[in-house]
Amino acid sequence: MTYTILHRLALGLVTMWVVSPLVFASTEILPGDVAESILGKEAPAEVVAAMRERLGLDRPAYVRYWDWLSGLLVGDLGVSLASGREITELISDRLWNTVRLAAITAVISVPLAVILGLVSAMKAGTLLDRTISIGTLCVISVPEFFMAALLVFVFAVQLRWLPAMPILRPDQSFLSSMWSLALPILTLTFAVLAHMTLMTRNAVINVLSSAYIEMALLKGVPNYRIILFHAFPNALSPIINVIALNLAYLVAGVVIVETAFSYPGLARLMVDAVATRDIPLVQACGMIFSVTYVMLNLFADILSIVSNPRLRLSQ
Amino acid sequence: MSDLLKVEDLWVEGRPPGGKYTPIVKGVSFSIKPGEVLALIGESGSGKSTISLAMMGYARPGCRISKGKVLLNGEDVLALDLKGRRDIRGSKIAYVAQSAAAAFNPSMKINRQVTEAPILHGIMQENVAVEHAVELYRRLDLPDPESIGGRYPHQVSGGQLQRLMVAMALSCTPELLVLDEPTTALDVTTQIEVLKAFKDIIRRENTAAIYVTHDLAVVAQVADHIVVLYDGEMMEQGSTDEIVNRPSHEYTKILMSAIRQPPKGEGTHSDSSTATSIEEAISAAPLLQVSDVTAAYGQVTILRDIDMRVGNRETVGIIGESGCGKSTMAQVISGLLPPVSGDVSLDGNSLPGRVKGRNRDQLKRVQIVFQMADVALNPRQKIGKILGRPLKFYHDMDQARCKERVGELLELVELPRAFAQRYPGELSGGQKQRVNLARALAAEPDVILCDEVTSALDTVVAASVIKLLEDLQEKLGVSYVFISHDLSTVAAFANRIVVLYAGRVVEQGPTTSVLSPPYHPYTKLLLSSVPELRQGWLEDVMETQEARSGIAQDVKMSAVGCPFFDRCPVSIGGVCDTQAPPKRNVAQKHEIICHRQIDELLSEQEMAVGAAAR
Repeated sequence: MTYTILHRLALGLVTMWVVSPLVFASTEILPGDVAESILGKEAPAEVVAAMRERLGLDRPAYVRYWDWLSGLLVGDLGVSLASGREITELISDRLWNTVRLAAITAVISVPLAVILGLVSAMKAGTLLDRTISIGTLCVISVPEFFMAALLVFVFAVQLRWLPAMPILRPDQSFLSSMWSLALPILTLTFAVLAHMTLMTRNAVINVLSSAYIEMALLKGVPNYRIILFHAFPNALSPIINVIALNLAYLVAGVVIVETAFSYPGLARLMVDAVATRDIPLVQACGMIFSVTYVMLNLFADILSIVSNPRLRLSQ
Repeated sequence: MSDLLKVEDLWVEGRPPGGKYTPIVKGVSFSIKPGEVLALIGESGSGKSTISLAMMGYARPGCRISKGKVLLNGEDVLALDLKGRRDIRGSKIAYVAQSAAAAFNPSMKINRQVTEAPILHGIMQENVAVEHAVELYRRLDLPDPESIGGRYPHQVSGGQLQRLMVAMALSCTPELLVLDEPTTALDVTTQIEVLKAFKDIIRRENTAAIYVTHDLAVVAQVADHIVVLYDGEMMEQGSTDEIVNRPSHEYTKILMSAIRQPPKGEGTHSDSSTATSIEEAISAAPLLQVSDVTAAYGQVTILRDIDMRVGNRETVGIIGESGCGKSTMAQVISGLLPPVSGDVSLDGNSLPGRVKGRNRDQLKRVQIVFQMADVALNPRQKIGKILGRPLKFYHDMDQARCKERVGELLELVELPRAFAQRYPGELSGGQKQRVNLARALAAEPDVILCDEVTSALDTVVAASVIKLLEDLQEKLGVSYVFISHDLSTVAAFANRIVVLYAGRVVEQGPTTSVLSPPYHPYTKLLLSSVPELRQGWLEDVMETQEARSGIAQDVKMSAVGCPFFDRCPVSIGGVCDTQAPPKRNVAQKHEIICHRQIDELLSEQEMAVGAAAR
C-alpha cells in the first residue's frame, strides 16, 4: 500500500509541474498588458514601452517563466504589478476568507449530502427518495447568481432574518461570523449538495444489489445496519471522489458567489487581477487553485485506497 | 416425530422489470422433520431457489409470495411482519449461498460477519460468539481456527470461504439450514470436503436442511428425501432411494439420463483408431505448439516448463483444480500474458509473446471465449454491433456484408437472426455464451481457447453448448483448447487431456489413456472425487487413501521437487520433495510425470480398486 500511495504522491507532483507552464502560458494569451492598463488606452507608445521595460515585460517569456517558477518553489510569488505590493501579503487575507467559507460550507454540506443520500438509498423508489432527488436537482439547476439574489430577496429583504452582505471584522466571534456568512454558505451548499447526494444514493444502491447484502438480510440484519455497516463502506470510493471534487469547487469555483455577495475572497481577487492585467497575481491565484484541485484529488485517492481492505492489505 | 417445517400450497409470483406478475412457483407442498435433509432438484428456472428463500419469508426483488403457508414449528412464517421474519432469519433458519466469495462482505473481517447474527439476535455476547465461531472453525477443519476470523474474505481460499459461510450459518445453531447450490462453484475435491462438513454438522446438531441443487449425484450423498421440480411445479417426491433407483415420473427419468456418468476410461469419447490418426497428424505438424513455457505474475511463477500441442480439428482439454494455472495457459497462448521464457508457435511460426506484438492475421487465428458470458459482452451494445466489430477489424467488411454475416454467425450458433437487434441483458446465460462463441467465430480462427465456458451454466444448457462446439468443429474444422475443472465434461468432449497441477503438467495423453490406469496420483484423486449417482459414495470415497491425504489441502506452488508431494498418497520422502520428477512414457504419446515407476502406479491402483470392490 505504501508503494501505491507514494506512487500517487509522485503523480500529484508531476501533475502540478505540468500545470505550471499551462497557468503561465494562459496568462500570456490575455489580450493587452499591464502597462497599457496602468497608463490607459490613450498613452503614447514610447511611454508604454518604457513602462514595459520597467516592469520587465520586455524579456522573453521563457526567461520570465523560469524566474516565476524558481520564485514559486521558494514561496516567493512576486510583486503585484498594479499595486506594487507583495503578492503573498495580498493573497493571505483573501485565501483565509475563501478557505473559511469553504470549510464551513463543507462541514455542513458533506454530512448533509451523505445523510440525504443514505436515506434516499434506504427508501429507494418511495416518495421521500423522489423528493430528495428532485429537490437537490432543482436547487443545482438554478444558476448561483440567481439563487444568491433569490435568497437575499427572501431572507434579507423580505424576512429581514439574515444580513444581505457579509460584514467581516477581525474581532468577530465565530458565531457572529457564521451568522453574517449564512447566505453565501446556503448558496454554496445548494450548489454542491445534489452531486454528492445523488452519488451517495447511487453508489449505495449499486452495492445493495450484491449477494452479500442479501446474505445480511437473510441473517436478520435490520435495514439501517445493512445500509450503514454493510453497504456504505463498500460504496465509499466513488463518494469520496465526488466529495473531493466538490470541495475543490468550493475553493476554486466560488467566483460567482463571492461576486454576488461582494465577499473578499481569493476568486474575486483573481477576477480583479484579470481586469487590471496584473499577471503575477493572476498566475499566483491560478497556481493556488490548481494545487487545491490536485491535492484534494490526491487525498481522495489515498482515502479510497485506505478504505478498501483489498488495496490496503496488498503489497 | 412431528414436522419441523411444513410447506402448504406455496405460490410465488415474479415479474420482469415493468412487466406483469406471473406465477413462478405453483402450489408446492412438502414437510421436513428434525435432522432430515430434503433436496429440491431441477434445472435453472425451476423455482428451486425461490422456494428455498420463501422458507425465510423472503422473495427477491421483482418477486412476491402470493399464497400458501410456511409453518415452522407450527407458526406461519409468511404471516409474520418484517420484524418477526427478521427474528427467525439467521437464528432459526440460516442460509448458505452458492458463492461464498460473493456472499461475504469484502470490507468486513470474517469474524464480524460470522458473529453478527448471534450478537444481533441477542443469543450471545460478543466474546462468547467469537469463542463459538472459533469452535465451529475447528470443527469444520479450517486452518488456524484461532486467527482465521481476523482476516478479510479476500485473504482466504475459495474452499475455506465456503466452509466459513457454513460456520456463519451455524453461528446461532439454527433448526433449519437452507443450502442453495452450496458446492456448485467448487472443485470436485473441495466439494467432497464441504459435503462431508455438511453431513457431520447435520448429524451432530440434528439440524434439518433444505438442499437446493441441479446435481443428482450430490443429492444422492446428502438427502433423505427429494422433491423434483420443473417450471415451478412438483413433478415427483419421495425418498432418495426411490427417486434415484426407481424414478416413476417421466421428467425425473429425463433428468437422470442427462447425467454423465463419471469418466472411467472405457472409451468414453473417440475410438482408438481416430485417436491414433489424430496423434499421427499432430506428430507430423502440430497447429499450435507450446514449448517449455514459464509464466509469472510479477514475482509469482504460475506456470513452469509447459509443453503442449494442439493438432488440426483437435480438442485438447486442460484440467486441474482452481489455482493450478489453467486460465493462465489461455492468457499465455492468447498473448494477454507474455511468457517469461519459452515459446508459443502456430503452424511452426513463433508468435510474439505480447498481444500487441502480434499482427492482425496472428490475432485472427487465435480467439478466446471467457467463462463469464455476461461480463465479456458490453451491456450497452446490441448483439449485431458486438459481432460486427471483429468482422470489420479482421475482414474489413462493409456495412451490408457485415449485417449479412452477423445473421449467418447467429444461425451458426443456433440463435435466431433477429437477436442482432437485442442487448445482452435480454438474453439467458446459455444464449449469451453462444453469442460469445459467435464473436470468436467471427474472426474465422484456427484455434478457440474456451476458458470454463460451461462452468456457469446448468447441466442441460451446458450439454447443449458442448454439442454446439462439437458440431462447429465438424463444420468448420476449428481446434479447441478446452479449459475446465469439470472432468466429466472434458472427458466427454476432448481428444486429448492435459492434467495441470500447481502450474506443471503432471500427465497428458489421449483421453482414453489418461482416463484408464495407470494414472498419475493427482489424476486419480480428481477422478475419484467426481460424485457418483449412488448412495454411500461419499462415505466410501472418504475411506480411500487419496481422499484422506489429498482433499483437505490447497494447491501450493513449489519450485523444487514434485508440487503434488504433500498431497500425494504414494510420495517418497527425500525424493519427491527434492528432485524434479521424470517424464515416463506409458503408451504412445501418453506421459506421466512422477517418481513412481509405471508398474508401481498400476499395481497400487489395482489394489485400491480391488479394495473398493470388496
